[in-house]
Amino acid sequence: MIEMFDVWKTYPNGTNALKGINIRIEKGEFVYVVGPSGAGKSTFIKLMYREEKPTKGQIFLGGFNVSRIKEGQIPFVRRSIGVVFQDFKLLPTLTVYENVAFAMEVIETPTKLIKPRVMDVLGLVKLKHKAKMLPNELSGGEQQRVALARALVNNPGIIIADEPTGNLDPETSWEIMKLFEEINQRGTTVVMATHNREIVNTIRKRVVAIEAGTIARDEQRGEYGYED
Amino acid sequence: MKIRTLGRHAREGVKNLGRNGWMTFASISAVMITLLILGVFLILALNVNHVAKTIENQVEIRVFLDVLADKPAVDQVEAEIRKLPQVNTITFISKEEGLKQFKESLGEKAYLFEGLENENPLPDSFVVKTKLPQDTSTVAKQIEKIQYVSGVNYGAGTVEKLFTATATIRNVGIVFIVGLSFTAMFLIANTIKLTIVARRREIEIMKLVGATNWFIRWPFFVEGLLMGIIGALVPIILLGAGYFYLLDAMQTNITLALFKLLPLFPLVYQVALALLAIGAFIGIWGSLVSVRRFLRV
Repeated sequence: MIEMFDVWKTYPNGTNALKGINIRIEKGEFVYVVGPSGAGKSTFIKLMYREEKPTKGQIFLGGFNVSRIKEGQIPFVRRSIGVVFQDFKLLPTLTVYENVAFAMEVIETPTKLIKPRVMDVLGLVKLKHKAKMLPNELSGGEQQRVALARALVNNPGIIIADEPTGNLDPETSWEIMKLFEEINQRGTTVVMATHNREIVNTIRKRVVAIEAGTIARDEQRGEYGYED
Repeated sequence: MKIRTLGRHAREGVKNLGRNGWMTFASISAVMITLLILGVFLILALNVNHVAKTIENQVEIRVFLDVLADKPAVDQVEAEIRKLPQVNTITFISKEEGLKQFKESLGEKAYLFEGLENENPLPDSFVVKTKLPQDTSTVAKQIEKIQYVSGVNYGAGTVEKLFTATATIRNVGIVFIVGLSFTAMFLIANTIKLTIVARRREIEIMKLVGATNWFIRWPFFVEGLLMGIIGALVPIILLGAGYFYLLDAMQTNITLALFKLLPLFPLVYQVALALLAIGAFIGIWGSLVSVRRFLRV
């Protein structure tokens, strides 16, 4: 599903963020990406949804050679990926429903398909009853659930999450993690960069540790392994 | 693109206009001033051209023959003039005919020349017209060299001056218009830049969920286009009304009535079309300039 071959990333300022990454993530896997800040986690995540382009190497994702595609093709790669961020990235002037529907509208989904699908996904994240509220009327956890609903609404095969619990209190974090597990059990691949030691050590999944731009560890049912 | 999507882009574009009301107003005003000046120059240039053409078509060479020239000599001169490739028509005017025309041109004072018929002082002459008005002076000089030709007369200088005037108006107009167009484009680009900054987050999300670049671009494109077109409408109305009153005033004023200006139609249509096209062009260009810089992935 996702494969990287000898992927290097050097930023224009000379920083070597990644130095020869090789990895294979199967369809339906749940992978934590851990490691110290500035070790290359974010770059690794950004390469997948083609926010960044590798300096060297090949990246394959859902049938696309992401490292080689033309600019005009990027939107179509992104349609097969749902992305969730630490800061939710919701539109403050749109309601919960509109925020989720927005993701369907901008890829020109026929109108009649939008409403049932949005309500379905809001049901999945248990926010149907708050569909008409604005993001700032919701708690952080609820906002992240809206963001997750938006990431899921176009039925992507892969969910990429960059520190999805970074802004949430522990209790809310568990709720969100439960949702990620549920989504994963339905067959969606999940790749999650995280700093949350407790979560990684409790919900045991594959752990990929990135240190100084290389993969330092790659273990099935691994541990967080850092003291921070 | 689907019709529904087009409707969405149009709605978004209109919404964008309101988002930065004052900047939109400034941009549209800039387009208006640009196009108003452009329109004035356009109408001026077209009319000067028109007047110049009318005068050009009246340009002719009067060839006076030696009084001693007899019938064969006259025929010979005519044949030689006809040989010149630039010559279009040649008309013979006998001395009697010439006197009659001369008297007619004097009107009431023609009686002064009463009785000259028996002792006509005028020579026989030809009226020569060239195919191109610009060849007039060359042809006149060549005819002057022909035997039995005593002199030529043509409106030397007048036509050239008119051409210079037309060219000057055109050049000054172009300089003004290019400068003002850039100003207007710059302002439109800036306004759209503001809307883009205001909607940065929205655009970011659109990109993340896989909206195509064109889908993101369209509303800004519509916004620019609308600013250009709205900016063109006011000058079109002002120029149309202004020209209508100008024509009206000239018709009632006897001295001004001598200038035959272009009629209101189709001139107004042509100018309106030109201004709309240029307004739309400025708007689209301005929007594309700022969108391109901001939408890099």
